[in-house]
Amino acid sequence: MSILNIKNIHLSIEDKSILKGVSLNVNPGEVHAIMGPNGSGKSTLSYILSGKEGYELSSGNIYFDNKDLLELSANERSNQGLFLAFQYPVELPGVSSMNFLREAVNVRRKFLGKKELNHLEFVKEARRLASSMFIKDEMLKRSVNVGFSGGEKKRFEILQMMLLEPKLAILDETDSGLDVDALKIVSNGVNNYKGKDNAVIVITHYQRLLDYIVPDYVHILADGVIKKSGGPELAKIIEKNGYAGIVDAA
Amino acid sequence: MVASKETISAVEQTTSKYKYGFSTKLDVEKAPKGLNEDIIKFISSKKNEPNWLLEWRLNAYYQWLKMKEPSWAKVNYPKINFQDIHYYAAPKVKKKLNSLDEVDPELLKTYEKLGIPLNEQKMLSGVAVDAVFDSVSVATTFREKLAKEGVIFCPISEAVQSHPELVKKYLGSVVPVTDNYYSALNSAVFTDGSFVFIPKNVKCPMELSTYFRINEQNTGQFERTLIIVEDAGYVSYLEGCTAPQRDENQLHAAVVELVALEDASIKYSTVQNWYPGDENGKGGIYNFVTKRGKCLGDRSKISWTQVETGSSVTWKYPSCILMGDNSVGEFYSVAITNNFQQADTGTKMIHIGKGTKSTIISKGISAGKSQNTYRGQVQIQKTAKNSRNFTQCDSLLIGDNCSAHTIPYINQNISNAKVEHEATTSKISEEQLFYCKQRGLDDETATSLIVNGFCKEVMKELPMEFAVEAQKLIGISLEGSVG
Repeated sequence: MSILNIKNIHLSIEDKSILKGVSLNVNPGEVHAIMGPNGSGKSTLSYILSGKEGYELSSGNIYFDNKDLLELSANERSNQGLFLAFQYPVELPGVSSMNFLREAVNVRRKFLGKKELNHLEFVKEARRLASSMFIKDEMLKRSVNVGFSGGEKKRFEILQMMLLEPKLAILDETDSGLDVDALKIVSNGVNNYKGKDNAVIVITHYQRLLDYIVPDYVHILADGVIKKSGGPELAKIIEKNGYAGIVDAA
Repeated sequence: MVASKETISAVEQTTSKYKYGFSTKLDVEKAPKGLNEDIIKFISSKKNEPNWLLEWRLNAYYQWLKMKEPSWAKVNYPKINFQDIHYYAAPKVKKKLNSLDEVDPELLKTYEKLGIPLNEQKMLSGVAVDAVFDSVSVATTFREKLAKEGVIFCPISEAVQSHPELVKKYLGSVVPVTDNYYSALNSAVFTDGSFVFIPKNVKCPMELSTYFRINEQNTGQFERTLIIVEDAGYVSYLEGCTAPQRDENQLHAAVVELVALEDASIKYSTVQNWYPGDENGKGGIYNFVTKRGKCLGDRSKISWTQVETGSSVTWKYPSCILMGDNSVGEFYSVAITNNFQQADTGTKMIHIGKGTKSTIISKGISAGKSQNTYRGQVQIQKTAKNSRNFTQCDSLLIGDNCSAHTIPYINQNISNAKVEHEATTSKISEEQLFYCKQRGLDDETATSLIVNGFCKEVMKELPMEFAVEAQKLIGISLEGSVG
């Protein structure tokens, strides 16, 4: 039984065709990498899945955990266990990071029928996971993403993923702007999270991240379609030869 | 025809937005509609007032007759017929109340419904409450405990009897009768309100709070509050207000006067939640209020914090007159308007003493088709050497049909003073909303979170007990403004 089943989706924005028939099936326990040149529609795919306004399909279907994903609003998708780690996390001035995390976690717990955590229980759990991401208490007191460095923002995204325990995590260019140390921390977080009941989609431009988060499948998205799918070795070929060979060959 | 389930739940949803919209059935004594000398004499005799106060009221009335309604504020409303209002309404009481047990149980129930238990055992620890229902104060809690410290906290009508010298000395000393149209009207017909006196060197041991409720139809509320803090005293005072949901507009014209002597400090917080009218702009309270504090003594401090979410029209400028050297004035404001609400609010900081300092932080949030104006004046007089003011006005827009305006007036008459003004206008971005929604928060929770973040600098000034309530209120006020 698949977690995510994308069936032949098409999307145009302002008459420009962005996705021209993409299909993808993701089963529990799998890690899929989606690679592709800039502007190939990788981030667009993450917005479609997470339900951002303005990214409505012209045709095709998407099933998430056997539900029609397109029937659900953005927050319902999150409640159901779909998580997006943003490429550019958004600043929320005045909203303390700890409060934000707690709101989000309790909404998810409520949905799962678990009891909400009180302040102390929550802070304890948040601090434990934060320290595994090398996030200091002081940072959790600051406003969400305000004044965070590039690396801090990405680590904070992964912390949110850990706390929300999604069924499907989509990492949109999480490696961009990270140095090697931060890359390792982020990858560790993802590797510890992934298990037999959940799945990960890694969207990336570079092979580098895939040395740390090893995918089961690699898909090359270009010109609005998946040009090629394969195992981890496909990413190595891209690393060596670039996208040119694959895109031209098609 | 039987109303369908959907209709019922839709109606419930609409009415539950303003959860204080119920009214209480009580035996009420009302003065006939209209305003004239006889009505003023009636109010005065009801309160058993001394002659000087009746004279004072009548003088205010004559002055008011000569004055014109102000029209400079950026608000629009139909002309008020001042003869179509009851100027006095009071729940009937058979005799003078000796304790809370004798208060009409209907009244106690009303306040309980509002979340304000007047029973002292049930009270939030550390908050004393004076409850004003229409024209009269119905209960004041914790009076004995306060009296031990020398603190006087009672209805102003009672203070007129028990401490006439204090009332006579300070009434109208901060807001003169003829200050403006509504202050003159209030001076003529005010019916009740709170009186606070903190003697020298006393830090008031608990928060003092007055809870105003308009209940009767076609009744104006004209309360008068007077707070005096002697040398090195301190008080934190909070007022809350609600009214039933009615189709017609009701007038609320209060006057609040604060006096701080040497080294005294007054913190005055307001959570204003008068009925704002429905989503089509029908009904709601006209909130035309004059609030002013005088820092008479050196190093005294007056701090206003307001969270304004209710009323259909708000016209309100809590101000500080900084007379004492090195005295400090502060104004922290959150004003939220939704649907057809209009708010024209801000402050005046008048610097007279040397080294006086003022801070103004104003956060205006507009949604729906509302209008939200910040209007502020900073005046540095010649005597106010080395004075400073810092003003920050931020506006947040939700949707495309509302508007925000910032109108600062700065009069600086000397060179060695520093006045700074910063203003920003922003919109809640789609990106922010989407980020929150991706984390599972619905539109309303997301908006409330973002708006509360925007107001944080002001919200942290509120006393702890009320900060949570105010946060929730912000969420409720903005319901239906996005999505």
